[in-house]
Amino acid sequence: MGVALVGTVAIATIALRRGESINAMWLVVAALCSYALGYRFYSKFLAVKLLALDSTRATPAERLENGRDFVPTNKWVVFGHHFAAIAGPGPLVGPVLAAQFGYLPGTLWILAGAVFGGCVQDFVILLFSVRRDGKSLTEMARDEIGRVGGLVAYIAVLCIIIILLGVVALIVVNALKGSPWATFTIAMTIPIALLMGIYLRRLRPGKVLEVSFLGFVLVMLAIWGGQWVAQSSSLSPYFTLAAPTLAILIIVYGFAASALPVWLLLAPRDYLSTFVKLGTIAVLALGIVILRPTLHMPALTRFVDGSGPVFAGNIFPFAFITIACGAISGFHSLISSGTTPKLISRETETRVVGYGAMAAESFVAIMATIAACVLQPGIYFAINSPAGVVGKTAQAATATISAWGFPVSVTDMTSLAQAVGEHTLLNRTGGAPAFAVGMAHIFAQSLGGKLFMAIWYHFAIMFEALFILSILDAGTRVGRFMFQEALCHLWKPLGRTSWYPSVLANSALIAGAWGYFLWQGIKDPLGGINSLWPIFGISNQLLATVAFCVATTIVIKMGKGRFAAVTLVPLAGLVAVTFTASYQKIFSANPRIGFLAHARQLATDSAALPARPPEISRLMFNDRLDAVVTGVLVVLVILIVSESALEWLRVLSGRKLARVREAPIVPSRFAAEEAS
Amino acid sequence: MNPLRRVGTILLAMLREIFDESAYARFLSRHGLTSSVEAYAAFVREAEIVKARKPRCC
Repeated sequence: MGVALVGTVAIATIALRRGESINAMWLVVAALCSYALGYRFYSKFLAVKLLALDSTRATPAERLENGRDFVPTNKWVVFGHHFAAIAGPGPLVGPVLAAQFGYLPGTLWILAGAVFGGCVQDFVILLFSVRRDGKSLTEMARDEIGRVGGLVAYIAVLCIIIILLGVVALIVVNALKGSPWATFTIAMTIPIALLMGIYLRRLRPGKVLEVSFLGFVLVMLAIWGGQWVAQSSSLSPYFTLAAPTLAILIIVYGFAASALPVWLLLAPRDYLSTFVKLGTIAVLALGIVILRPTLHMPALTRFVDGSGPVFAGNIFPFAFITIACGAISGFHSLISSGTTPKLISRETETRVVGYGAMAAESFVAIMATIAACVLQPGIYFAINSPAGVVGKTAQAATATISAWGFPVSVTDMTSLAQAVGEHTLLNRTGGAPAFAVGMAHIFAQSLGGKLFMAIWYHFAIMFEALFILSILDAGTRVGRFMFQEALCHLWKPLGRTSWYPSVLANSALIAGAWGYFLWQGIKDPLGGINSLWPIFGISNQLLATVAFCVATTIVIKMGKGRFAAVTLVPLAGLVAVTFTASYQKIFSANPRIGFLAHARQLATDSAALPARPPEISRLMFNDRLDAVVTGVLVVLVILIVSESALEWLRVLSGRKLARVREAPIVPSRFAAEEAS
Repeated sequence: MNPLRRVGTILLAMLREIFDESAYARFLSRHGLTSSVEAYAAFVREAEIVKARKPRCC
C-alpha cells in the first residue's frame, strides 16, 4: 500500500505540475514504484494464472546440459547476462529524441509500455522458448502460426537489422563529425583493443575482467589526452572529419568486421564496450540519485501538435515508435529466445530474468529522459534540431528556437561548446550529443565540477560510439549469416560460411544495405533522424507484433484464451501504432512527415529550374524508397496478424486441435534435490 | 555467508559470465585442460562460431 501511495503521488506530481521545474527524483520514484508494483502483482499474475510456471519441470539447460550453450546458471547471473544483452543505445537515444514533446509523454509511455507490454513480451517469449528447448522466435512463429509466420518473422528480423545498423551508424557519424577529440578517442580504441587482445591471448589467457579494466583505464587516458589532440594545430586536422568521410570509414569497418578474421580487435573491444556500458549505467543511476538534478524541460512542449524540429509528427503514434527500447522493443524477443533460455535452470526464474531485466532496461530509459530534460530547453533544441529546420547559422538557429519560446543565445551555445571541448554543438542531431551534454551537466554538478565537463562529455560520446560500433560489427555478421541462410536455397555454395567469395559477397550486401540508409541520412537536409528513426521504430515494433502474435497463439493453444487479453491488448496497441505511423509516414500531406509529400514538394520546388539537380533527384528517390520500405513493413504486419487471427479462430472454433509444440515434460533433478 | 558478501559473490559471478570467464572455465573442465595460450586459443575459436550468430540488441 505504501509503495502504491508513494508511486501515485510521484506520478501525480510529474503529470499535474505545470509552469515550474520539478526534481528528477519524482521520475525516479514514480518509475521504481511502478516497476515494484508491476513485478509484485502483474508478473505474479502472469506466472501463476497465465503461464503456470512449474519449478519441478526440467529446463533445457538441465536436460540438454553440455557445458557450452546449455548451462544451468544462477538466476541473478542470468539476469545480469540478459540485461547486458538487451541494454543498448536504444533506451538512451529514443527518450532523448522524444523529450521534444516534454518529459511527460515519454515518461508515461516508458512506464506503462514496460509494465504492461515490454516486460510481458520478454517474460512470455523467454518462458515459451524455455519450454521449446530454447527455440528462436522465428522457429516458434513457424511451428505455432505457420510458414507465413516464420517467413514474416525472418524478414522482420532482417529488416530491423539493416535499418537499425543504418540508424545507429548515423548517430555515431553525427556525434563524431567535426570533433577531433571524440574521433581521436574512438580511433585510440583500436590500438587499445589490439593490446587487450595480445594480453588476453599471450600474457594472461582468459582474464577478461582484468584486461577489460586495464582497457578502461587506457580509454580514460585516451579521453584525457584527446583535449591536447583537439588543441594541436598539427594533429587536430587528421581527426577533424566530415560526415561523408566518417560514413565511408564506418561502412568499410562494418564490411571488414564481417568479412575478415579481425577477432583480435573485435572481441576485446566488445568486452571493453560492455564493461564501459555497465559502468556508465551504474554511475549515471548513482549520479541522478545522489545529485537529484532539476528538470528544466516543461512537462509538455508546444510540439505536441506535431510540428517538432527533432522529428515531425504527433505524440500518437510518433512518441510510441520513437521510444521502443525502454518501453516495448521487439528486438528483445530475439535475446529472450536466443542465449538466455539455454541458461535458465528453473522455469520460475524466467519471471525475474524476463520481466525483471526489462524493468531494469526501462529504468535506463527513464535516466536518459532525465539526462535530456535537465538541459535548458533552448539548448536541447539547438543541439537536436537539424539545420534544415532552424537555419544554417548560429544566429538563425538561436533566433528560431528563441522565437518558439525556448530562449537560447549564440553566447550560450558557444560557451557550452567551449565547456565540452567542441567547436560547435549546433545541429548535432541523433540524440547522442544531447545525452552526452545532459550526462556531463549532471556529473559536473559535483564530480570535478565545470572543469571536468569536457571529460564527462567525451566519456559519454566514447561510451555511445564504442558501443554502437560493436553493434555494427556484430549486426553485420548476423545479417551476413541470415543472407547466406536464405541464399543457400538458390545455390548451395552461397550458404557455406567457409566459402570466401560468398562471405565477401554477403558481407558487401549487408554492409551496402545499411550503408545506403546511413548515406541517405547524412545527405538528408532534415538531419536523417527525422526520416530514419521512425522507420527503425516501425520495424522494431513490427518485430514486437510478431512476438505478441506468437505469444497469443501459444496462450490460446494452451487453453488459456480467457487470459489472452494480456498479450492481445499490447498487440492491438502495437498494430494501431505501426499502422498509423506507417500511413502517416507514407501518405501525410505534410512534407516533414510524409515521404511522398516531401518528394512532391522537392519536385515542385525544382520544377522552375532549367534542369533538376542530381542532389534533388536523389533525395526524391530516397523519399520514395523509404515509402516503399515502410509499405513493406505494413504488409508484413497485416500478414502476420491475419495469419495468427486465422489460427486463433481455427483453434477456438474447434476446427483445429489445440496442440502446443513443447518439449516433453521431464521432472527436474534440481527440484528433487531441493526437496530432499 | 553474510548478505553483503553474498551480493559481492553473485556480482562477481555475473561479471564472470558476461565476460566469458565462466565459459572459459567450463571449456577447460569439459576438455580436461588447464589454462594456457593454446587452450585459450581453442576456446576463442569455439566461442567465435557461437558469438558470430548472436544479435546485439539496440
